[in-house]
Amino acid sequence: MTDQAFITIKNAAKSFGALKVLRDINLTVQRGQIVAIIGPSGSGKSTLLRAINELDPLSSGEVWLEDVQINKRLPHRQYEAHVNQVRQDIGMVFQHFNLFPHLTVRGNITLAPRMLKGLSEAAANTLAEEQLAKVGLSEKIDEYPSRLSGGQKQRVAIARALAMKPKVMLFDEATSALDPELVEEVNLVMKQLAEEHMTMIIVTHEMDFAASVCDRVLFMDQGVVVEEGPPSVIFQNPAEERTRNFLRKHLSR
Amino acid sequence: MGLDFTVVPGYFGVLLMGAGWTIAITLCAGLLSFFGGIVFAVVALYGHWALRLPVRGFAFLFMGTPLLLQLFLIYFGLIQIGIDLPAFVAGVIGLGLHFAVYNSELIQASILAVDKGQYEGARTLGLSRGQALRRIVIPQAVRAVTPPMGNNMIALLKDSALVSVIGVMELTLAAQQAISRTYRPFEFYLAVAFCYYIINLGLEAGLRHLERRNAASR
Amino acid sequence: MDVDLILRVYPFFLEAAWVTIQLSVLTAVLGLICGTLGAAARMSRLAVFRWIAAVYVSVIRGTPALIQIFILYFGGPQIGIQLDSFAAGTIALGVNIGAYMTETIRGAIQSVDRGQVEAARTLGMSRWQATRNVVLPQAARLMIRPLGVNINALIKGTALVAPISVIELTYTAQRFIGSTYKPFEMFLLSGLLYMIIIYVVGQGIKWLDRRARIT
Repeated sequence: MTDQAFITIKNAAKSFGALKVLRDINLTVQRGQIVAIIGPSGSGKSTLLRAINELDPLSSGEVWLEDVQINKRLPHRQYEAHVNQVRQDIGMVFQHFNLFPHLTVRGNITLAPRMLKGLSEAAANTLAEEQLAKVGLSEKIDEYPSRLSGGQKQRVAIARALAMKPKVMLFDEATSALDPELVEEVNLVMKQLAEEHMTMIIVTHEMDFAASVCDRVLFMDQGVVVEEGPPSVIFQNPAEERTRNFLRKHLSR
Repeated sequence: MGLDFTVVPGYFGVLLMGAGWTIAITLCAGLLSFFGGIVFAVVALYGHWALRLPVRGFAFLFMGTPLLLQLFLIYFGLIQIGIDLPAFVAGVIGLGLHFAVYNSELIQASILAVDKGQYEGARTLGLSRGQALRRIVIPQAVRAVTPPMGNNMIALLKDSALVSVIGVMELTLAAQQAISRTYRPFEFYLAVAFCYYIINLGLEAGLRHLERRNAASR
Repeated sequence: MDVDLILRVYPFFLEAAWVTIQLSVLTAVLGLICGTLGAAARMSRLAVFRWIAAVYVSVIRGTPALIQIFILYFGGPQIGIQLDSFAAGTIALGVNIGAYMTETIRGAIQSVDRGQVEAARTLGMSRWQATRNVVLPQAARLMIRPLGVNINALIKGTALVAPISVIELTYTAQRFIGSTYKPFEMFLLSGLLYMIIIYVVGQGIKWLDRRARIT
């Protein structure tokens, strides 16, 4: 069963008015795979990621999680219920954290499990403590987000997403808004998740990190997947000219 | 008693005259509030302390009390000290001073927000303090603050209805005249509400036009 | 300055101040109700509600409050609405300030960062769950100061019921100016009381605002 397709994207296309942001993308992610998506700004990589959990629905094409079609066309009420349900299985981490400022760290993590999964206060608290311990921030459980550093906020955001026990985690440039010295602590948490075989799709600018953690790298440009393969191929010996140009501009070597 | 809007057209003339006076009051008071605002702002920021205090005190008083009360003060107060002005003038002064005070607050904030470098650049060229302020800082400050002052102008138009209480023959009083003859308050007050709304649209369009001209000349 | 006169008549003004306070409180409450309903309608998914709310805000903000009071009080009987001056004044002013509060409340809700909603929805919350648990608590804090500005204007706006003979501060000032010919003293007396009311309310708003900022 390890080769079962987990996330499947078929013929994904998205336009904003006349602007074609995604053109016929096809992608299959297996359970436990770590996929990195790299590319220049405007290549559509974030749009693709956000289409997976219907934050920015596709104009056409299909997105599947295992055997459930995420972007099924349903009458409005049913669609809403369906999407809300599916999203519980997909965790997302944002570039700007999006922690809820009016709740403590504990509140941030326990809100969704209590409201959506019916956990009791005690069960939710235990869950929060577990997740926070995993990301190394147990002592901050009763702090408000405004008292945390950027790296700490992002780790709390990861804990918040993990508390819902998702099947797959999406990372939208999770470290792009962090000061350089705070990036490592977040990368460590992501590495740990990878070691635990969480299925992850990571949109990132960090080539080194992608190379060290991911099984597959996709290079996107202008709405299409230009090239994909294992990190060793993409980063050392890319086949496409566009890929080579991009990497030349971005790799530290 | 029911409604009968057919009585309204008969009084078009009266209402039109009233509308004319409303526009006249708004424009006169508007000009007074614009220039008065600049004067108050300059005195409040750069004036001699003997002038600054009364101006600040006056502003404090006029921002903390209702306009209607201020109109009574000005109208009856002036009569008290022997100056018997026509209600129109008293109304324009009352409205103008009230909004001059609010404009002055906006202008003061805008003056303080003008980049220090502008003032320093002017001084290093050799301009005196007064010249630098008059030619460089204040014009920029006033330009920047015309949109919110435009909002005050719209408020002024609506508040002009209050001068009917001291007997100025504008729209509201015109309506009351018509009502005293026809006993149909709903129809006429609704009609003048409509007139105010239309005048308001015109005023907003005029302000937007000024805005565009203002921005274009940068 | 005729201090004697002031000392003689101030009880009337204190009574009138109490009426002004009552008007202010009732109008504020009605205004908040209208403002909340208006904001909800303005942001509704149903175009009909959005349209009604937009018309409400445009018409009320585009016409003088005094005329609105007159329509309700003087014109009301013609369409079957018989209200005494206090009630008519309160309702008209409440509906009036409600239009301004609609925009204030809507502005606060829309200024909550979009990312908050995205994070909440990503966790699986429905639109309403996200609104209720994440957006509204934050918007409530943001709207305290601007609502305070609305309320400041509201307190001064209660003077508009003087022309329909509600015995509040401005009416009382006008009445005594008429009988004593001392406009400065009467202005000072009523003005002082207005400023006290406004100051106290202003401090209350500041306190509320401070308490809301726990983070």
